Amino acid sequence: MTDHAAAADHAEAHEHAHPHIVPVRTYILVFLALMVGTAITVGASYVDFGHSYLNNLVALLIAFTKATLVVLFFMHVKYSSKVTQLAVGSGFAFLVILFFFTFADYLTRGWLGTPGS
Amino acid sequence: MSSSTHHPAYVHHFENLSEQKEAATFGMWVFIAQEVLFFGGLFAAYAIYRNLHPEAFYFGSHHLNIPLGAANTAVLIFSSLTMALAVHAAALGKRQQIVGWLLATVFLGSVFLGVKVVEYKEKFDHHLVPGASFQAGQLGMAEHIADPVLRGKAERASQIYFSLYFSMTGLHALHMIIGVPLILWIAARAWLGQFGPEYHSPVEIIGLYWHFVDIIWIFLFPLLYLIPKPH
Repeated sequence: MTDHAAAADHAEAHEHAHPHIVPVRTYILVFLALMVGTAITVGASYVDFGHSYLNNLVALLIAFTKATLVVLFFMHVKYSSKVTQLAVGSGFAFLVILFFFTFADYLTRGWLGTPGS
Repeated sequence: MSSSTHHPAYVHHFENLSEQKEAATFGMWVFIAQEVLFFGGLFAAYAIYRNLHPEAFYFGSHHLNIPLGAANTAVLIFSSLTMALAVHAAALGKRQQIVGWLLATVFLGSVFLGVKVVEYKEKFDHHLVPGASFQAGQLGMAEHIADPVLRGKAERASQIYFSLYFSMTGLHALHMIIGVPLILWIAARAWLGQFGPEYHSPVEIIGLYWHFVDIIWIFLFPLLYLIPKPH
């Protein structure tokens, strides 16, 4: 093992022994962002954006942003190892697969109408 | 070999405590991935039926209590903060703070469940629980949907909305009911001084579980309570 590799190993072991400690300030800021997001979600539900699809889009975008904040900071995924991040990503990826193929069928039925009618 | 292999929580099939912690975190995330798909099926069912019966979902949604739902969302987010602070205290080895923040989380979780009980009772009182006693007439569709055939269809479909409301919020509440005694168990272990900067995986793992339950609610609240008028 070269000195360089040994040094890298040591650095890695050191990093593992002292995991990243997120400052309390970060948690408070994330908490406030989540609260503001909730308030905006409720407020936006009373606004007519012209089409109800836009209301749904706004509500879901805020929910996704809130969920991302929770995953990255409260659940420490921003500071987690690559293999943990892979597990998180694969969970989401399979959800996308579930939704994509389900909706590709159910939500598109009737788009082309019924032949002969 | 590091000194972490002398820690009482260390189990010998891991190289050291940090590898042990890594395995625990990874395992929990695999479990959460499974939970995502578990709830995902319900969210998919929700999307399919809401797409089929937009009026039924809109009118059903307007019989939920938005102030209670919003307040509960805030309570649950607050409980995620207290849980994050418990994990933070564990990483710093502050025993009393771990217990304090965990008990605060249990308290807030109980408040959430208590509010849910009030909301469920309202639905039972108003005959909005799917089944033989379900009364769709009060949903107020008569004034908005003139065609009696379409109205009858929407009124029947409103049972699907309330079925999804009860199964989704019920499964979410079940997760919290399971989570509360688990947190109390971890709090007791924290009180006994089992966690410190070197080893506090159980606090982290129960934290991941609690935050996941919070995320589910973050989606349930707008999808069930805040359905816009379809147009």
